Amino acid sequence: MSIYLKLGATLLGFLIVLNWGMLMSAIFRKIVARLAGRHGIPFYQPWIDLLKNIGIRTTLSHGVMFYLGPIFRFTGALGMFLFMPALFGSDLWANFSFQGDIVLILYFQLFGMLGMALGAGEGGHPHSTIGITRGLAQHAAIELPLTLGIIALAIQYQTLSLNEIIAAQQGGMANWSIFTNPVAGAAILLAALGAMGHSPFNLVKAPNEIPIGPPTEYHSTYLGVLMSSGAVLHVMEAALFMNLLFGGATSWPEFILKTFLIYFYSVFVGAVFPRFRIEQSVVWFFKIPLALGILAILLISF
Amino acid sequence: MKAIVQEITEKYSLQNVVFQRDNIAFVDVEKKFAIDLVTFLKDYHQFSHFVMMSCVDWIEDGQFQLLYLIHNPTLKVDIGIKTYLNRTEPTMQSAHHLWKQIWTYQREIKEAFGIDFPGSPNVDENFVLEGWTEIPHMRRDFDTAAYSEKTYFPREGRFTHDPATYMREKLYPNQPVTAKKNTNEQ
Amino acid sequence: METMNDKINEMLQRSAQNASQNEKSFIRPEDEEREVIAPDGSTIKINPIYDYFSGKKPQEEKPLNGVVEKFLNWARAESIWVLGFGTGCGSIEIPPLMTPRFDAYRFGVQMRATPRQSNAFIISGYLSVKTLKRVIRSYEQMPSPKYVLALGSCTINGGMYYDSYSTINRLDKYIPVDVYIAGCMPRPEALLSGFMKLKELIKEGKAEKANEYARNFDEYKANQKKIIKDWNMPDYNW
Repeated sequence: MSIYLKLGATLLGFLIVLNWGMLMSAIFRKIVARLAGRHGIPFYQPWIDLLKNIGIRTTLSHGVMFYLGPIFRFTGALGMFLFMPALFGSDLWANFSFQGDIVLILYFQLFGMLGMALGAGEGGHPHSTIGITRGLAQHAAIELPLTLGIIALAIQYQTLSLNEIIAAQQGGMANWSIFTNPVAGAAILLAALGAMGHSPFNLVKAPNEIPIGPPTEYHSTYLGVLMSSGAVLHVMEAALFMNLLFGGATSWPEFILKTFLIYFYSVFVGAVFPRFRIEQSVVWFFKIPLALGILAILLISF
Repeated sequence: MKAIVQEITEKYSLQNVVFQRDNIAFVDVEKKFAIDLVTFLKDYHQFSHFVMMSCVDWIEDGQFQLLYLIHNPTLKVDIGIKTYLNRTEPTMQSAHHLWKQIWTYQREIKEAFGIDFPGSPNVDENFVLEGWTEIPHMRRDFDTAAYSEKTYFPREGRFTHDPATYMREKLYPNQPVTAKKNTNEQ
Repeated sequence: METMNDKINEMLQRSAQNASQNEKSFIRPEDEEREVIAPDGSTIKINPIYDYFSGKKPQEEKPLNGVVEKFLNWARAESIWVLGFGTGCGSIEIPPLMTPRFDAYRFGVQMRATPRQSNAFIISGYLSVKTLKRVIRSYEQMPSPKYVLALGSCTINGGMYYDSYSTINRLDKYIPVDVYIAGCMPRPEALLSGFMKLKELIKEGKAEKANEYARNFDEYKANQKKIIKDWNMPDYNW
């Protein structure tokens, strides 16, 4: 198979993921609207917003890092996509996954956040800085149970490759890690609530308390890049949990169905529970999810 | 209540004591004794709650009237202490040491009427307006309509209807105009 | 610590002198133009108001050609992001706009919390001079193309506050207005119809008031400075 074919397939996969992510965000807002008894936005609103943002004439810069912030975030999203096997068993869509890709994917997840921290910091708005501080504090609290759960899975399957983890889960639902290792699964899924950034844990971007949070100063094309990388990030995070716990996907419809269900698990939790303050959410992650993560490691090691 | 008012009337030789209700009395006091009287009531008669402070411009008499309204939570009675200032030199002894909220009242009165309270904290800062350069806007010799017309580009063609006549003409044009009944007389 | 206090006292004295020379100085002592000693020992002149912010004037930005601009205008019309800034009593009419009964989201109208991400500014009702200063700052920070909806009769001719010493009478003397919504107060339906009117204007390419502001910048600035006596910010807030 030529590298060009593979590159083309990867690009196509990225476009599918990008559009699916934007559609998911539209469905998310539609569901929240219906919960509130409203009609809600049209489903194509995110694409119009993106076009509008690109069409804005004024573009201000606060310096080099301000430019690089959205690009870092986009790189984080792209990196997560590139090294994640989107479809299992397909040479075209396995992307560039390799032995040890979990570590890289976890790093890319944090990478976008760090880029935003630098860019928003240069933007100079105090609310950006508050948002970033909150975001990094909460991210540290999320990473701990998430990483512990993933390490437990890695010990269970004796590999750091996502492809091999998916391969081990094939052959029926009973082989999925969520059933073979429910403790690690619970730790990862609870951490997933935070990683998705929906309601109980969305103080980072709280529009009513700190206007918009980190992207306060971002506008026009910068915001467009942030929006599209956010869409990709949401799908890829759902895909990560799908690959780790729910046996991966072998076709695009299966991919779309599973990522939809995982994403909307966090959306529905968010629609029901009110927002945590940052110290509450950090403490929440350090209680049950962290205990489950440690327990998963202990159970699998002994 | 009666006893307290009796006592302060004799002590400060007050004039014009008015009992508005059983539990509210207003007294007039000389400017130099006003803060003494408030302090006396606060310290000796437990008028521990400061309700409000206000100012009235009696331009015909050439006077500003200051009112300190204080409340006794145990007896549930109020006393209003009124005092008069000369309009030409409006300066009053500050009462900021008694209640902290008086700082803000005095700052507001300084801005709105130009009455100075020497020693009151932050009294020179802006209260509501920023960069006001005219005479204080709540004094009655300040003509707000003329100022607005001079400053804010009034739009031509604006006119005001009398609501009663306008509604009658527009909504009930055929109804005959009846004599206005005075509802206060029974 | 003592040198710090000395410096502050010196600054205060200087501002007091300025105050006695001019009528009244509204620029804070720490924002005044002055000479300071740099860390390397040389004396430099600083003007904090223009050092922290850019003093550049706004430029007219020409629309693109034909079909591209039409397409972008369609996108702009279908995605109006409103700055969440209530200036007067009319701001109480804006929250119901987002509730099930009126639901402006249907029409692509959304609220944003920061001027950098908004396109439309609702001046909701009477506008005091003190608020006008903040409105100008927010308006100038919004990226072009930007639209202004003036809500209520107070923004048209002063309304019932026409003779007040602290509220303006005509909004269009200070910032350009795209759509007026008359009434006291207009109901949310009227506001929705105003949004529809704004959409029509954008789609026809007539909502270019940001360029008008840039073109008549000096005139607008003169009007603003006439009533904002304590002008202590740069001429254009980027």
